[in-house]
Amino acid sequence: MDRYSVELIDVTKIFGHREAASDSIVAVNGVSLRLIQGELLTLLGPSGCGKTTTLRMVGGFETPTYGRILLDGKVINDVPPHRRDTAMVFQSYALFPHLTVFENVAYGLRMRKMDACTISAKTRHALSLVGLEGMEERPPGSLSGGQQQRVALARALVVEPKVLLLDEPLSNLDARLRAQMRIEIRKIQQALNMTSMYVTHDQEEAMSLSDRIAVMNHGRIEQIGTPQDVYARPANRFVADFMGSKTTFLDGTVMSLDGDQVNVQVLDAVLPFEKVPDIAPGDKVELVVRSETVDIVPPGKGTFPARIIHAAYFGSHVLYEVDLFGTNVTAEIPDPQERNMFSRGSEVGINLKTRSIYLLRKVMN
Amino acid sequence: MVLKEPLVVFVIIAIAAALVLFVLYPLYSVLKTSLMQSDGTIGLEVYRNLLAKSYNRRPLVNSIRLGVIVAVLGTIIGFIFAYCTTRVDVPLKGFFKAVAMFPMISPPFIMSLATIMLFGNNGLITKHFLGGLVNFKIYGLRGLVIVETLAYFPTAYLVLSGVLQAIDSSIEDAARDLGASWWQVFRTVTLPLAIPGIASALLLIFIESLADFGNPIILSGDYQVLAVQAYLRITGLYDLPGGAGLAVILLVPSLIAFFVQKYWVSKRSYVTVTGKPSGQRISRNEPWVKTAALIVCVVLTAIILLFYGTAFVGSFMTLWGVNYDFTLANYRHVFQVAGEYIKDTLFLATVATPITGLLAMIIAFLVVRKQFFGRQALELVSMLSFAVPGTVVGIGYILAFNQPPILLTGTASIIIILFIFRNMPTGIQSGIAALQQIDPSIEEASCDLGADSGTTFRKITLPLIAPAFFSGLVFSFVRCVTAISAIVFVVSGRWKLITVAVLGSVENSDLAQAAAFCVVIVGMVMAAIGIINLLVYQPWKRGPQEVSKKPAISGGAEPWIGTA
Repeated sequence: MDRYSVELIDVTKIFGHREAASDSIVAVNGVSLRLIQGELLTLLGPSGCGKTTTLRMVGGFETPTYGRILLDGKVINDVPPHRRDTAMVFQSYALFPHLTVFENVAYGLRMRKMDACTISAKTRHALSLVGLEGMEERPPGSLSGGQQQRVALARALVVEPKVLLLDEPLSNLDARLRAQMRIEIRKIQQALNMTSMYVTHDQEEAMSLSDRIAVMNHGRIEQIGTPQDVYARPANRFVADFMGSKTTFLDGTVMSLDGDQVNVQVLDAVLPFEKVPDIAPGDKVELVVRSETVDIVPPGKGTFPARIIHAAYFGSHVLYEVDLFGTNVTAEIPDPQERNMFSRGSEVGINLKTRSIYLLRKVMN
Repeated sequence: MVLKEPLVVFVIIAIAAALVLFVLYPLYSVLKTSLMQSDGTIGLEVYRNLLAKSYNRRPLVNSIRLGVIVAVLGTIIGFIFAYCTTRVDVPLKGFFKAVAMFPMISPPFIMSLATIMLFGNNGLITKHFLGGLVNFKIYGLRGLVIVETLAYFPTAYLVLSGVLQAIDSSIEDAARDLGASWWQVFRTVTLPLAIPGIASALLLIFIESLADFGNPIILSGDYQVLAVQAYLRITGLYDLPGGAGLAVILLVPSLIAFFVQKYWVSKRSYVTVTGKPSGQRISRNEPWVKTAALIVCVVLTAIILLFYGTAFVGSFMTLWGVNYDFTLANYRHVFQVAGEYIKDTLFLATVATPITGLLAMIIAFLVVRKQFFGRQALELVSMLSFAVPGTVVGIGYILAFNQPPILLTGTASIIIILFIFRNMPTGIQSGIAALQQIDPSIEEASCDLGADSGTTFRKITLPLIAPAFFSGLVFSFVRCVTAISAIVFVVSGRWKLITVAVLGSVENSDLAQAAAFCVVIVGMVMAAIGIINLLVYQPWKRGPQEVSKKPAISGGAEPWIGTA
């Protein structure tokens, strides 16, 4: 049986007048997605890419202009939000300020007309799940940001939705708490085997908690895959550029194929790379050079000569910006305490870790 | 810190002195006069007479009963209207909002005139459509309830649409997401969150209804209310202590409502700002909600337009109820015979308005930005005249300023001063609200770069709170040309006001002429709003794309500051 928990088929959302192209905005453009039970899929992309609109369509807050949304195999396009078996964690948490923590979490259960005993038991269980025992009678306004976040999560979890929707839930937390909460969310989600859709613009967050990531841009999905897929084998230049802290693209020309290996001319050297599909000698390619795939060695060594333009010390690593034949390349060198640091202006050599560098066919414009 | 700035100290002292003289001293005079006994001693005789017999207590009971009914009805209508225009995606929203604001910018009696024209003994509906079959008694409680509800629901609408807009729509989304239907969301989330706003609206309308003078003097019939009785006692019976006593009795419930609103209700509001508000307005309601909202809006605006239309059409009739022939005689009278009323009104309003606006901004600035002894008292006293019914203020002014050392009765000054101190609170409130939105570090930056307090206020603060300043100007001007309750006591043979002329026409039973006056007043108000808007946005100077309601943070004193 091929029934998916959530399925989006060619979903398009146009804001404004349906046909008048002048003042309408295509927020989501032909998006198709499938989530299996228990999977956490992240919609990742820059602001305005349509990820939140996609999530809100699943929640029922927007109606798709075209296409179908299925929940457990049933089309839910016209089902209003309160009849959908979805639960959302809002970016602003959207806690009810006039209700206690307990009543906030119990809200969805009361709407489902459960009896008092069940409500109490389920609510307390949900609160213990997010570590908020003893906070039941507090008003949400008296809680810290992280605690409010947990209440919002418990409130969504407690109704046991078929799919949990999370709309940038961590964007209002400080960096340390954010890192801690994303681990917690992932643990709870896995423990409950809860199908989830998660929206974020933070690639680190997406990579660390997703089963799969859908990278979106301009309303379209650029690539769907596991975190390793989208990071190490990006489908196109946008994905390659969006993932990773700093990516440089170096032009190359395919010289020859050699089994699983492809030899590419880069600058003044020919280097062996892992083969990528649909590639032939003479093809123009781009090397996806991420900062961690560049190694800096003393001058005279390495494949290419280069010069340090800028060095920034981060404790755990050093970021160098180097001039490589007129192209700025960023190199991340771990554990600077182990080796000597290079200072600004010094001549160095560069090695490319070719096994970690992916090749993209160059698209001619 | 303030002590190091002589200008600020001087301004604070000057304002405090003015407030004591023109806000507190008149109130003190009222209280003192009401305690004067017939034998010349001080005592409670007046109050014993006014409150002893149930017959004499009637105006108080009536005023409060009217106030409560109007507050409840006005708040309900205001809430429904606010909900429809902020939470439901109804078409023609802008039109509905504009019509709902009509009663705020028109003279108070226009509704009464229209009511009499429609439902009076010779009313269009009662006499001509129903053929006099139904004895519809419009003078008294029923008429007052209709008129005041229509006149004061915009207050509730303004308060509640602000409250509803402030509720982050994602909170309602969350409730829907968790399985609540439209009605359940409304009952369990929207309504509870709006409760403080609803309480505010109730109290504010209650205060407005208690203070209303223009409508009851026309429409109350034998339903006696305090504001009118106090006026009649003084102008008709020359019973100053009795009038003052009634004024004090009127003041007490108004002040109670004011303090409850200011110090209790306004502290109860829920701060819903957690994280980043989504900013999206969701109007995904069931179709029937949308239809119902549209019907409510249409019916309400239709009623308001019916009243205004009646007054407008009536101003062109020879004798309403009897002779419906078209005539311009009423306008001829207004512009020829009563031309000086218009001239005086415009002069006095034009003098008072800019002073009111500027003073309000200065007080707002001092209250929000400066720390000094008596700061809260200053704010409270300057806001007080909002809660004090006009009748009380008017009586206070004639009692306080009709003898040396301060003899102002009969002069233009007393009217201008009354205008200024009556109309300031709204300006102060919007000024305070605007200032609280502005990061104080902007002003600190100005001081840091070498500007003193006065220059900073002129060059930085005032331009930033310009929208509040101009809305204060508009409001103040509107109040100047439409107010009646306080001003009726201080007008004189030398200085005539147009609203007093309307009252005269009504007393002569010339409704058509009174309606013509009202139309002219509304015309003046519209013209003033138009002119002030032109001054603010200066369309001849800036391109249309630059016209924005936000204050320009471009810096540099705009030319209108000099002219204001």
